[in-house]
Amino acid sequence: MIRFSQVSKRYPNGYEALKRISFTLEREKMAFLVGHSGAGKSTLLKLITLVERSTHGQIVVNSKNLVKLPRRQIPYFRREVGVIFQDHKLLHDRTIFDNVALPLVVSGVGHRETGRRVRAALDKVGLLGKERLFPVTLSGGEQQRVGIARAVVNRPPLLLADEPTGNLDAQLSDEIMDLFYQFNQYGVTVIIATHERRHIQRLNKPVLELKDGRLVSDGAPHG
Amino acid sequence: MRAYLLRHVQVLLASLGQLARMPGSTLMSVGVIGITLALPGLLYLLVANAERVSSEWHGGTQVSLFLRGTVDSGQAQTLAAQLAKRADVDRVRVVSSEQALSEFKELSGFGEALDALPANPLPSLLVVIPEPQYEQPETLQRMVLELQSLPAVELAQLDMEWVQRLHVILKLTRRALIVLSVLLALAVLLIVSNTIRLAIVNRRAEIEIIQLIGGTDQFIRRPFLYSGMLQGFLGAGVAIMLIALCLHLLRPPIQVLANLYGSGFRVAGLSALESLTVLAIGMGLGWLASRWSADRHLRRMQPS
Repeated sequence: MIRFSQVSKRYPNGYEALKRISFTLEREKMAFLVGHSGAGKSTLLKLITLVERSTHGQIVVNSKNLVKLPRRQIPYFRREVGVIFQDHKLLHDRTIFDNVALPLVVSGVGHRETGRRVRAALDKVGLLGKERLFPVTLSGGEQQRVGIARAVVNRPPLLLADEPTGNLDAQLSDEIMDLFYQFNQYGVTVIIATHERRHIQRLNKPVLELKDGRLVSDGAPHG
Repeated sequence: MRAYLLRHVQVLLASLGQLARMPGSTLMSVGVIGITLALPGLLYLLVANAERVSSEWHGGTQVSLFLRGTVDSGQAQTLAAQLAKRADVDRVRVVSSEQALSEFKELSGFGEALDALPANPLPSLLVVIPEPQYEQPETLQRMVLELQSLPAVELAQLDMEWVQRLHVILKLTRRALIVLSVLLALAVLLIVSNTIRLAIVNRRAEIEIIQLIGGTDQFIRRPFLYSGMLQGFLGAGVAIMLIALCLHLLRPPIQVLANLYGSGFRVAGLSALESLTVLAIGMGLGWLASRWSADRHLRRMQPS
């Protein structure tokens, strides 16, 4: 599903965020991405969503060679990857329904189909019945669930989450993690960047550990 | 196809809603576009009306024959009849010395002073209007020489210079109209592209999110294109109203002036087709400006 070979990322200011990273994540697998802040977690996720381009090495995601993907193709590639952000990135002047529907609107899905899929996604994250509310009226945990619903409404084969439980208390963040676990059970490939070791121990999934831009552990579940 | 059209209508309505949500800046830019488009529109009407007036003058060329003082009005009539038979003459108008005097009294305001004169100082006048096909400078020149050599004629004067001057001035004004239109079209482009730039910057967060979930550049810029087109369209509407207002204010004095010259001239406003053209130009400029601005700024804008 995802294959990095000898990937480096050097920013224009000379800072080398990733150094010769190689790893493979098979289809329908789930992995945690850990490391102290500044270790390169966000950069790695940005390379997978083509927000940044690697300066060296090969990246293959969903059998697409990202190094050779032209700029015009990027939007279509991004529709195959659901992304969840720490700050949710919701549109505050639109209802929950419109927020979750956005990926479908963007890819031109019909009106009726959109309604059906949005309700299904909201049902999965336990927010059915709140479609007409605006994001500000929801709690932090609920807003994150809206973000998750938006990421999965397109049924992408790959989900990326960048510190999805960053601002939530233990119980809420466990619930969020359980959601990702469930999606993985349905066959979605999942990568979660987190600094909370607790989740890793609880869910017992392989770990990619970054340290100063280098991969120091690739895949073996932590004890 | 229906879904595609429906989506465009939705975006159009959303753009309208967005313009309505910030009425201050929308009104401002629409007003500026209106004034900017009204200026060349008014100049265009000025030229069009002036050309209409001057075309009534049949080329405007005439030869004035001032007859010698010894020629009486009967002889003048006879001479006029002879001249009218010439191939190069369309018609001849006789202004007898009495007519000339009373006209002069009426128009000059020297009525009483003229009454004091012992005799009429004014000569009889024949106004010779040439056939249109003889209106070239050389043939006219020959004709004037021939008429000048007639014994009854004191002076033959070709009155065409002012018409020629008017035509040159109109030509110049036309040229100025084109230059001015290009400059003001550029101004409209800059106005619209600036408001679109501000709108894009204001909605940067939203644009980034849409980019991250796979919105194409075309999808993202579509509402801005509609917004630019709407601004151009509304601005053109304002321009049409401004032009109508100006004409409304100018019509009465122009009518008085036309009546003074004994002309049935009426000022023409924009026709329906011309109004539609103004609207189309406004929309086109709005589209062009927003397309240019959106492409420039979206290319630079990448999600972080």
